[in-house]
Amino acid sequence: MKRWDAIVIGAGHNGLVTACYLQRAGLDVLVLEKNDWVGGAAVSRSLTPGFTYSNCSYVCSLFRPEIMRDLELPRHGLQVIAYEGGAVLTQDGDFLGNYRDHEAHRREFARFSARDAEAYDRYSRDVTRQCRFIQPLLMRTAPDPTSLKPRDLGELLYLGRKFAGLGASEMAQTVRFWTMSISDFLDEYFETDVIKAYFALSGIIGTALGPMSPGTAYILLHHYMGEVDGSVGAWGYARGGMGAVTRALAASFQASGGTIRTGAAVDQVLVRNGKAEGVVLEGGEEVWANTVVSNADVKRTFLSLVDERDLPETFLRRVRNFKIRGSSGKVNIALDSLPEFPALPKDSPCLRGDLHFTDSVERMERGYDDWKAGRWSADPFLDVVIPTTLDPTMTSPGKHFMSCFVQYCPPKVEGRDWTDVDRDAFGETVISQIAEYSPGFRDRIVHMEVRTPRELEAEVGLTEGNIFQGELTFDQLLFNRPVPGYAQYRSPIGGLYMCGSSTHPGGGVMGAPGRNAAAEMLRDLKRGTRHMSAAHDVI
Amino acid sequence: MIASVPGRELNPRLALQDHWRAMRRETPFHSRLAALDFRNDWYSWAGCKAPLSLWDEELEYFAIRSQAALIDISPMVKYRIEGPDAETYCERVFVRNVAKLRPGRVHYTAWCDDEGHVLDDGTLFRLAETRFRLCCQERHLPWLLDSAIGFDVTVADETEAVAGLALQGPTSCALLKDAGFAGIERLKPFDLAFFPHEGGTVTISRTGFTGDLGYELFVEAADALSLWDRLWEAGQLRGIRAIGYTALNRARIEAGFIVANADFVTAEHAIRADRVRMPDEIGLGWLVDPGKPHFNGRRAILEARRRRSLGHVLVGLEIEGNVPAEHALVYHAKKKEVGLVSAAIWSPMAKRNIAIASLQRPYGDTRKDDLWVEIYALREGQYMKLMKRATVVPRPFVKLDRRTATPPADA
Repeated sequence: MKRWDAIVIGAGHNGLVTACYLQRAGLDVLVLEKNDWVGGAAVSRSLTPGFTYSNCSYVCSLFRPEIMRDLELPRHGLQVIAYEGGAVLTQDGDFLGNYRDHEAHRREFARFSARDAEAYDRYSRDVTRQCRFIQPLLMRTAPDPTSLKPRDLGELLYLGRKFAGLGASEMAQTVRFWTMSISDFLDEYFETDVIKAYFALSGIIGTALGPMSPGTAYILLHHYMGEVDGSVGAWGYARGGMGAVTRALAASFQASGGTIRTGAAVDQVLVRNGKAEGVVLEGGEEVWANTVVSNADVKRTFLSLVDERDLPETFLRRVRNFKIRGSSGKVNIALDSLPEFPALPKDSPCLRGDLHFTDSVERMERGYDDWKAGRWSADPFLDVVIPTTLDPTMTSPGKHFMSCFVQYCPPKVEGRDWTDVDRDAFGETVISQIAEYSPGFRDRIVHMEVRTPRELEAEVGLTEGNIFQGELTFDQLLFNRPVPGYAQYRSPIGGLYMCGSSTHPGGGVMGAPGRNAAAEMLRDLKRGTRHMSAAHDVI
Repeated sequence: MIASVPGRELNPRLALQDHWRAMRRETPFHSRLAALDFRNDWYSWAGCKAPLSLWDEELEYFAIRSQAALIDISPMVKYRIEGPDAETYCERVFVRNVAKLRPGRVHYTAWCDDEGHVLDDGTLFRLAETRFRLCCQERHLPWLLDSAIGFDVTVADETEAVAGLALQGPTSCALLKDAGFAGIERLKPFDLAFFPHEGGTVTISRTGFTGDLGYELFVEAADALSLWDRLWEAGQLRGIRAIGYTALNRARIEAGFIVANADFVTAEHAIRADRVRMPDEIGLGWLVDPGKPHFNGRRAILEARRRRSLGHVLVGLEIEGNVPAEHALVYHAKKKEVGLVSAAIWSPMAKRNIAIASLQRPYGDTRKDDLWVEIYALREGQYMKLMKRATVVPRPFVKLDRRTATPPADA
C-alpha cells in the first residue's frame, strides 16, 4: 500500500500553501478535502445560475506576496485588484467616505471634525510603526521562550532587539496596542463617533469581543498589516472571488506533481506509539503517510481527529480552553441590478469599497451585548462589499454579487442549536438594515445564502464558525498560539503538525501559518527550504 | 433607524459631500493663474492645484531676481491664534521668544514634541497684541488644540478662508507703491502692516521665501481676485510675472531656506523612529531660547545639548563642478558615508554649485575636512558617476543687500 511522504488534512488556503511547499521540496504529498471542492474558507461558489459568490472570506490584503511569488500564483490565475475605500452611512442621512487620496480623505473627515481630519496623520504614523514591528514576525516561527536551543535563543534575541529598537515611547505604545481596547485607543486620536466607528470595525471583525473589550486594538493592527502590491493597509478583491486564491494554490500544487482528493473526509489520525502514521477516512479507508499536517483548527484536530488518550493532559486541557468563539455570520446576495444608496452622491466611488451602517462605537458595543446574551445583534454591524463593481468575472454585466459580513452572531441561539427559522430571521435582520439605506433593495435580490456559525462549522469545519480559527487576543498570539509549548507547528504526537490559522501568526487569508508549518516540517525532515523566500525586508 | 432629517439642508456638512469631485482644490486665484498658464504643469501643494511653472521655469526664476514675481501661496496652511492668553500660549508652543515679537512683526520659528523633535517650522505673524497667524507646511490642529488646554485662547484653521500672494523681486516695493499701498517702503524686513483694499483689509508683510526684496500679502478669499488685478495692473510698467514652484525652489535654495518633509522629516510623519530631528540638527538651534518661559521640548533639547547627543547637523555645501548633487550621498574621505544632500542646484546668482545636506555628526559639525559627494548624473541612458569635493559654507548662499535695504530702491 502506498505510503505518502505527507498528508495534508483540509484544502484550505493554509493547507494548500503547506502542500505546495512540501511538494516543491520533493515530497510526495496528498491533500485530503472533505468537501467536493477545495478552498476551505477561501472559496468561490456558484449557488445560483449566473453568479459566483465569495462565500466566506471576501477581501484580500493579508496574503503574503512572498508566497504568491514562490508558488507562482499569478501564473495559475491569481489577480488581486485594489479598491476604493468605502463609506459608513450615518443615521442622519449623511455618510463618512473613505477615499484613497490623502487630501480627499482629510477633507471628508473635516466635514465632521477639523481636528479629527488633521489627527489622521498621527494615527496613521502610529499604526504604521506598529505594523512595521509586527510584519517581519509573520513569516518567522515564534520562538519558544522556555527553550535553550540556539535557534529559539536566536529568535528571542531577534524579537528582543526589535522591541528594544523601538525606543521608549514606541515600546510603551506597543504594549498598549497589544492590550488596549480599540475604543480606548481611538479615543486618543479622534473625537467623532462615526470616525471612531469606521476604524473600530477592524478591531472586532471575526472576534467575540466588543470594541470596548481590552485586546481589540491589536486586531485592528492585524487587519492593517497587509498590502496590495506594496500599498500597506490596502485591501483588494481577488478576481473571480476568494476562490481564486485557493484555485491558484491547487493548480500550483498539482502542476508540481501533488495529489488532491476531494470528498475525502478524515475521521481519525492514525497514531501508533505516539507517532502519526496516516489517517482513516470516513468509510474506513486507511491512508498511510510518514507525516500528517492538519489545516483544521486546533480544537477540531485534537478533540475530534485524534484520540484524546494519545495526548498529554495539560495540552488537552489548554486545547479545550482555546478561545475559538463564533461571532459572525455571512449573507451572500445575488442582485439583478446595482443597489442605490441615496445618501451617497451620484457616481460616488465609495460604492466600490466597504459599506458600513454602524455609525458609533456604542452601537457596536450594544451589538456585542446581544451576543453575550446568546442572540444575534438586533442592530448588527455589516461589512458590505460589491466586488462585481470592479470584477467582471463573477456575474454578467449589470448584475452584482454583494457580500455582507455580519457581526455579532452567536454559535448557539440562547443556548440551543440554530434552526432554519433562526437562520432566516437572522438573514432578515441583515436585509432590513440594508433596505433602510437602500430603497428597493429587496426587489433586486435574485438569490441569497445566509450563513450562521452553524453553516460555517458544518461546511468549512471552522469550530463555532470562528473565522480566525481562534481569537487573535494577546494570550493566544506568538509563542502562545495555539497553546504554550506548541507554537512551532508541531504537536505532542510525532509526525503530526498543524498549519491552520490556529497557529502563529493567526487568521485571515494570509498563508503565513501554512508556509511556516512547511518550513518546520522540512527542517525536521532535514530537507532544504531554499525554495521558500524569506519575508520581504521592511525598509 | 435612519432618523427623518428635518432641516437636512441646514446641516453644513451635507453641503460639502461632493468635495471629492475636485480632488485638487482650486485656490481663490486659480482663474488668474489658469489664464496665464501655458503649460498645464500642475502639482499638488497641500491638496491644492499649484503650478510647477506656467511658461518656463528659467525665465520665471529671473523674474524673482530682476523684476517682480507673483506667487500664489494660498495653499500654505494657516492657523489663527487669538485670545487674552495668545502670547503665553505661543510662548508655550514655540521654541522662539514670543514676548520679543511685537505686534506688527513676523518671525520665523519652530515647534517641537515632548522629545524635542521638530513638528514643523513656519512663520508667526503677530497681527495684534492678542492675535497671531501661524503659516506652515503641515497640518497641526490637534497638536495646537491640545496645547491650548488651560489657556484662554482659540485656535482655528483659516487656510481656505485667507488667500495669500507673495510678490518677490527688486521691483516689488515700487510696484506696491504704484498699486497705491502708501507707505509700503517704510516696512523693514519682518514688519507687517494693514492696508485698505476694496472695503476690506490686506495684510502685507516684508517677508518671503526667496532671499530677495519681497512681500507677502494676505486677504480674505473673497477679495483675492481684485487684489491680484490691482498688483497685475501696477506691474504692467514695472514688469510682473506669475511663477511656479520650480523657480521659487531655486531661489529658496540660494537663500538657504529649508522645506519641511523635504530637507527634514516632521515628527508626526516620521514612521522610522530615527528620522526625527531636534532644532539643532536642522540648523534651527538659533531659534531656541532657553531663557524664555517654558516651551514644549525644552527639557529634551537642553538635555541633548548638555549630553552632546545630537546626532545630525544640517549644512550648506559648495560642491566643485556644475552638476547639481540632488539626493547625492555625502562621504568622508570618499569612503565613509556620512550624510545625504536634500536639495541642490547650480546657483545662477552665486555661479556656484550649492546644496543643503544633512550629515551625521561630528561630520559637518567639528569635522568639515575631506567631504565628498557622489553624484549619479543620468546622461543619455548612462549614469555618469562623479565624486566631487564638497566644502561646508554658511547659508544663505546668496546674500542680497536689497533684501534688507530700507527704504528699498525702485529696481
